[in-house]
Order: sequence, then C-alpha cells, then structure tokens
Amino acid sequence: MLSRSRPGKGVLEQALLLLVVVVLLQGSVLPLGAVSSPDISHQDRKDEHAVAIHSHNITKKPFPVLSVDYQNIQTPFEIALWVLLASLMKLGFHLIPRLSSIVPESCLLIVVGLLVGGFIRLAGEQVPPVLDSRLFFLCLLPPIILDAGYFLPIRPFMENVGTILMFAVVGTLWNAFFIGGLLYAVCQIQPSELNQLELLHCLLFGSIISAVDPVAVLAVFEEIHINELLHILVFGESLLNDAVTVVLYHLFEEFSGAGEVTVLDGFLGIISFLVVALGGVLVGAIYGILAAFTSRFTSHTRVIEPLFVFLYSYMAYLSSEMFHLSGIMALISCGAVMRPYVEANISHKSHTTIKYFLKMWSSVSETLIFIFLGVATVDGPHAWNWTFVTVTVILCLVARVIGVVGLTFVINKFRIVKLTTKDQFIVAYGGLRGAIAFSLCFLLKKEHFPKRELFLTAIITVIFFTVFVQGMTIKPLVELLAVKKKQEAKRSINEEIHTQFLDHLLTGIEDICGHYGHHHWKDKLNRFNKKYVKKCLIAGERSKEPQLIAFYHKMEMKQAIELVESGGGSKLPSANPSTISMQNIQPKKSAAAKPAERALPQLSKGREEEIRKILRGNLQRTRQRLRSYNRHTLVADPYEDGLNNLLLKKQKVIELEKKIKQMNTYLTVPAAPPDSPTMCRARLASDPQAYSVKSTSDDLPTIQVDLASPQSPDSVHLLDEFKKGEQKRQKEEEDQGLVMKAPTGVGDSDGSRDQQKLQRCLSDPGPKAEEEEEEDEPFLP
Amino acid sequence: MGTTQTRSENKYDDLVTKTGFSPEQIKNLHKRFQQLSENEETISKEHLHSIPALANNPIKKQIIDAFFDKRNQHQDEVGSFQEIGFEQFLMVLSHFRPPTLKMSEEDKARIRKEKLRFLFNMHDTDNDGTITLAEYRKVVEELLSKSGTMGIEAAKAIADAAMLGVASTNVPHMKPDEFYEGITFEHFEQILKGLEMETRMHIRFMDVNTTTMRCGKSTS
Repeated sequence: MLSRSRPGKGVLEQALLLLVVVVLLQGSVLPLGAVSSPDISHQDRKDEHAVAIHSHNITKKPFPVLSVDYQNIQTPFEIALWVLLASLMKLGFHLIPRLSSIVPESCLLIVVGLLVGGFIRLAGEQVPPVLDSRLFFLCLLPPIILDAGYFLPIRPFMENVGTILMFAVVGTLWNAFFIGGLLYAVCQIQPSELNQLELLHCLLFGSIISAVDPVAVLAVFEEIHINELLHILVFGESLLNDAVTVVLYHLFEEFSGAGEVTVLDGFLGIISFLVVALGGVLVGAIYGILAAFTSRFTSHTRVIEPLFVFLYSYMAYLSSEMFHLSGIMALISCGAVMRPYVEANISHKSHTTIKYFLKMWSSVSETLIFIFLGVATVDGPHAWNWTFVTVTVILCLVARVIGVVGLTFVINKFRIVKLTTKDQFIVAYGGLRGAIAFSLCFLLKKEHFPKRELFLTAIITVIFFTVFVQGMTIKPLVELLAVKKKQEAKRSINEEIHTQFLDHLLTGIEDICGHYGHHHWKDKLNRFNKKYVKKCLIAGERSKEPQLIAFYHKMEMKQAIELVESGGGSKLPSANPSTISMQNIQPKKSAAAKPAERALPQLSKGREEEIRKILRGNLQRTRQRLRSYNRHTLVADPYEDGLNNLLLKKQKVIELEKKIKQMNTYLTVPAAPPDSPTMCRARLASDPQAYSVKSTSDDLPTIQVDLASPQSPDSVHLLDEFKKGEQKRQKEEEDQGLVMKAPTGVGDSDGSRDQQKLQRCLSDPGPKAEEEEEEDEPFLP
Repeated sequence: MGTTQTRSENKYDDLVTKTGFSPEQIKNLHKRFQQLSENEETISKEHLHSIPALANNPIKKQIIDAFFDKRNQHQDEVGSFQEIGFEQFLMVLSHFRPPTLKMSEEDKARIRKEKLRFLFNMHDTDNDGTITLAEYRKVVEELLSKSGTMGIEAAKAIADAAMLGVASTNVPHMKPDEFYEGITFEHFEQILKGLEMETRMHIRFMDVNTTTMRCGKSTS
C-alpha cells in the first residue's frame, strides 16, 4: 500500500532506518486518519486486540484483560508522534553522509513533509490541517525566536543597528509596495479572472510575502558559516521586519473591507508602526528586567532557574501579541536585556540547561515547521495560475535586488566600514521567505479574500523557490565568491584586554576632539549600567565585578571544566600545545635580590612539618564521590558561592607560592605524569568545604589558604575539585582517598611519604618545577 | 587679511597632505585646539587633563601621554614633548582616521600596522621595543583602576595569564630555563590580528562646520 519512493541504499543500517521510518509512518498515518474515521482504526488494529473488541459485543463479558481506548490519548499521542517523526528525520539525515552537506536540512524536511502528506492522501485519509496558525504562532515560533534573541551577539548587532533598521523597515516597505503594486498592474493587464483582484488585496499580498523570514534564514545561514557582519545583517533584518509586517498586514486587512486607504490612515499607519515596534521592545524589556530581578534571588532554588527565563520570555511574547504589538521584537529584547544579568546570577548548570533547552526546542520547532509546510502543501487548497505565480516569484527576486542595492548606496554614505558588492549580493540572496508568510496568509478569511487560495499557492511557490533554489545554492556561491567566513577562534584574554582598552581609548579621543560620538554614548550607558542597574539586578559581589575580570573568570572556569571533562588532565585541551610556563615569563631574580623581595618570613623546619601535616590531613578527605541526583539534594553548589572568594584566594595563593618558590623551599613533590590515576585522585583531593571548615581550627591561617598551593598552578585543581566535590556528602565515607603509592603524586598529601624524600625534592626543584608549572597552562589561552 | 587667509589655507594644504584629513575637518579640529589651549599656540598636559569628560576614563593618563609622545609623530624621534602645537596634535589624531572604501590590501595592512604601532607605543613606556611583564601588568591595572581592590588583585593574574597567552602563541616551545623577555611588535601584531584594527580603531571626524561648538558639546 505504501509505495516507497526513496531509493534504498545497500547499507544495512540505512535500510533499517528506512524501515523504521516507514513503520512509523504507517503508524502515524493511521492515528491521523483516526480523526475522521474512528471505525477504520478499530478494524485496522492487530489481531491481539480483536479478542478484546469482540468481547465488547457479548452481553456478559469477561473482564477485559486488554482493551483499546485510543480516544483517550489521541491528541497527545499524535503530537508526540509528530515530534518523534521530526526528530527521527533529523537523525536520519545526518546518518546519510553526503546528503547533509549538499542539501540544507530545511529542504529535506520539506520533502519529508510532502511525502508524509502524500502518504496520508494515498491512504485515503484527510490530511490534518497541521499548520494551524494558532499552533504556529503560539507554540512553534516562540522557541526559535527566543533562542535567537537570547544568544544574539549584542555588540555586532548594536554596531550595525542603523543598517539593519534601514534594511528591515525601508527595505520591507519597498518590497511590499513594489510587489503589490506591480502585481496589481500585471493583473489588470491580464484578461482573465485576475482582473478582479483589488489593489488593496495585492498590497496585502505584497506585504505578506515581502518579509524575510527568520526561521528560514537561521536554518540556511547556520550551515554556511559566513562572517559575523553579514550574518547579523540578514538575521537582524529578518527579526526586525516583523514590526513592519504586522503593521502592514493589519492595515491592509482592516481596510480591504472598506475599500480605500486615505492619507489619514497612512499617517495612522506610521504611528502604529512606531507603537508596535517600540511597544514590543518595551514590553520585552520590562519582562527582561523582571526576569533579571527574579534571578537575583534564586540562589537557594537553583533547579527552577531556567524556568524563570523561559516563562518570562513566553509571557513577554504573549503579552505583546495580546496588544497586537510585535511579539518577535518583544522576545528579542526580553532575551537580550535579561541575559547579562541572569548569567551573572544563575549557576553554571542552569546556564547549560537554558542553553540546551533552548537549542532543543528551537531545533524541534524548526523541524516541525518545515515538515508541516510540506504537509500543508499537499493539503492545499490550491489554485494555480501561471501568470500570477511566476510574476510573483520574479518580482520578489527583482524587488529584493533593487532594494538591497539602492539601500546600500544610501547606507554606505553613513557607514565607516562600507558594504562591498559581494556583501550586497549575499544580503540580497539571503532574503529567504518562510513559514511566517504562509501562516499569515492562512489567517485570512475566505469571505473577505476570495483569492486566498491563489495567494497560498503563490506563497508556497515562493517559499519553495527560495528555500530550495537559494538555500541549496548559497553555500557553493559563498565558496565561489570567497566570502569571508566566520572566525572560529575563541576570544583570548589578550583580545578582550585590548577590546576594552580600545573602547576607553576611542572614548578618550572623542572627548579630546570634542564631539559626542558613538563611543561616548556607549561609555555613558556602560557607566549607568554599572552604577545603578547592576546593583539592582545582580546578586552579591558579582554586581561590582568589572567586565574584564568576569571574562577572565569565565575563561578559567571553562578551561578548568574542559580539563575535567577530558579526563583529569590526561589530554590537555589546549589549542597550541606549548611548553611555556610561568617560569618563562617571570623575571628571574638573582639570589641577592631575594631577601629584599621576600614578603613572608622564612618558614622554619617545624613549620614546614606542620604544613605538611595539615595538607596531608586535608587531602585525605574527599575525593570523587558517587553522585546521585535527587532534585532535593541538588542544593546550592558550594563552589558557586565560594567561587569568588576562592578565586580571590587563589590570587593570593599564586602570589604566596611564588614567594615561597623564591625562597627555594618546596612543599610540593614532583608532579606525576599526567595520566596516572594518582594524579587524578590528587587533583580531586581538597574539598572546598575543607577551606571554610579548617580556617577556624588552624593556627596557620596563611597556610590554610595555601591548601591549594602545593598543586601550585591550582586554579585548575581548585575548580576541578569543586566540580567533583559539589555534593555535601558525608566526608566520612572516605576510602583511601589518596592512595598515592607511586613516587609521584601531586600535592604533598602522601602520608606514606617520608621526610627525606620530601627534602630531596625540596632541594631539587629543577625540571619537575617546570612540569608542575605546566599545569598552569591549560586554563590559559 | 587676504594674505593671512591664503597663508592659513596653504598651511592647511600642508597638513592635508601630511595627515590625510580634509580641510573642513582640519578647520574644525583647529577650533577645538584653540578651545583647549585657550587660544594659545601650544597645549600642555594640564590643558588636556582639565577636560571634564576625561575624568572617568581609566586610561586617561596613557591617552594624554600618547599625545606628547614623539614616537607618534612619524619622525623616528623618541622622548616626549612638554607642549605640542597644532600640527603634532593633528598627527596623533590622524592615527584614528577611518578607512576608505577603495583601499587595497597593502594599504589596509599598512594602516593596521600604524594603528597597532600606536597602541604598542602606548604600552611600551620605556621604549625598549618590547612590552615587558611589568609594563603589561601596569596596563591591566590601569584598565581596572576604577574598580577598587578587586581590580588590583585580579589585574596581576590577568596580566600574567595574558602574557602567557602571548608567549604560547608566538614561541610555543620554550625550554624551561629560557626567558621570554617581553612582547615584541611582531608578537603584538600576531595576537591582535583577529581584532581587525583597521576597521575598529577609528572615530568619526566632523566634516560639517560646527561653529557653535561649546566646551566639547557638538550640535551637529
């Protein structure tokens, strides 16, 4: 019954996958068909259930051991099935090796949608109207936009906001009127039923189809990795033109009934545009600030932190949709506003959760949208008219090109970094249309718009054309034109330092030259932010943290975590493996200079012994614990709270450690080769709790801090330990935490070590010191 | 009257070729210069220190020193001036001119080198051709100088980490007893090549005649 139109490859796993897919399709077809004909579904059930069904007809029936009640679970089941289908499709595409590099995913998904729709049709069932506008606008679209808005790179966006606005507002207006107007003219010329098409309807159609679609742009551009500037231009345009689309759509929809639009209406339209755009941004910003403020207090309930982010954003979207403001702009501004503050407040795990949930939801949404687009195409209803459709497609392209070229000509007069012809081509070519246009058209009522099917057909054709033709060819074109690609390297601390330095420098030069430019206002905003806003919205000490330090800490943490995840130092995940260490940087001080530079009194032998005892004692507790997650025990990570303090202490520690080194006194033993298990265990040694616990009971407060010092370049180890020692588990369940039998083991923790060996090490810093120093390396850029 | 006018125009022509500004820009900057110098011929460091807007800038001192640094005058001299005239003022500002559309790759590279050289000179205060660890630490400290004690402590660690970054990028395999003297200009270029200085390090100079400029407030 189900004809397979996919070519079967010889590979076993691919065949299996296809089999699974087909079975699933079969499974999905039937329940979907059940919407319209419940009886058929019953009859198609397998035999095992026949017994139960039979039993319904007998008067005294035995107790039904097994019964079927599909109606009960129908809706959630179908939803889950669709989502499952979408996800399996995504899986499947990436299993087929060459396919995903030639054809963008969006195309494949639309094809799948077409196939599914085709199957359903063939099965004789009614294709469900899946791309319901409400479903689309309320459930499918928000995750994608939130994902985009939350991770919007603010700096390039703000630097180019003028250009983006020009493209979004003026460009879309131009497109709408050009397409609508010319289409009307063409329709008038044509001696066919198109003559009846009114001007306003044409303009409405033009405004629906003129907007560049963020979903399609994201789907295609993410795979081609062009440079940041072009990406943000096209993407920003697709986001900001929502306001224009909303206004034009409502304007023409309102007045197409009345039949004419006066100047007053035009004027009101402009006001409406400002209200829609600014209102959307304002609503989003308010919710964003609320979210940031809420996150300030979540230190004891870390588990639900991500929920606040999602809820506030969704409510921002819904609130602005309620007032017919631009929901997309609300979502973008909500995400962008709340992000710096929320990220300063929430735990690292919540941050990861938010990131992955957003990516997951937006990915699923996108997949579903494209599949539904395919299904809806099969569904129809269609009304094909060669003239209308082809003219529409051509006009879209032409309008886009003229618009981009013309606008760039004007924009380049104001830009410092001008847009080249290549840039213009990519911007024009990247103007993809997508599901938003389709859904907007779907919303139109048939009574008011007799040509609705024609519009739908034309829109679908344009969408297919842009997604398939432009989507598939943009990658080779980018290669051909040698457009600059995205810079993959992560930002290093040097770049960050100099970016900040440059900001201040340029602000200063502007002040000297005496004109209040771009940098001046940015600086003012930053200062305002630092002085007032951050204090309100960020909890605790972090509110005063300057950006450079925050960046540095983030970087250290990232590298520490990378180190942990790569197996505790067995493979240093550094991009440039190098043997540089602090020793190469530190100016070598001569022996004569030493006494003058000592900050600490020299440690006596007795003291050394005490130090070693303490270290040994502390290092024997805690080690890697078995983690069992229970949402009630997922309490505040001690390392989170203590992180700042610890990082400060770490600075002191490094200081101290250097002084100690200069005194030629070693508390440490030579480091083990990186992949020895002892090494790993040693790193997991100290418990963060031990710090706070110990400090009271110790008579060597300075050394207490030095707990980490033996493993001198310790931030790695410290943070390492925190990662492992998060759970406040009983410390009693200590097995031989540090079974460091090997002659090497970092951190003087070994109880079995004897004095002499230590002293031997003490007097022989040499090469080991370098190895030890090497550990400094991983978390440095 | 006529002769002074032509003379000042000629003078501007000279500056136009030397610095690359347009005559209108030079005129505006001259007005600003006169404002800053209280209508004298030269300005000193105090004049620049007294600009109110600069008070919040953490690297104010370095910026002002850069104006008086002879190395930024494209004339291979070293040391610093006590006072500078308009020409020197313009020469320093010419480092911040924006790039033009029709620039070849060599031009871009040359301009980038110039701008990086300016930055390098700002860091290399003792003019020995390298930025030592101490100098780099000073830079980071100054950047964080408005952030209280947290800044000072972290500054050292950040500077150390940054220095290590430079060293590992440029000289990845140093033996343990070798010593990395400091960041040379080539290394400096290397680590900052990702920032595209030629497109970032510029400000907009006013072309329009802003006759009503008051105390740094431009009304254009």
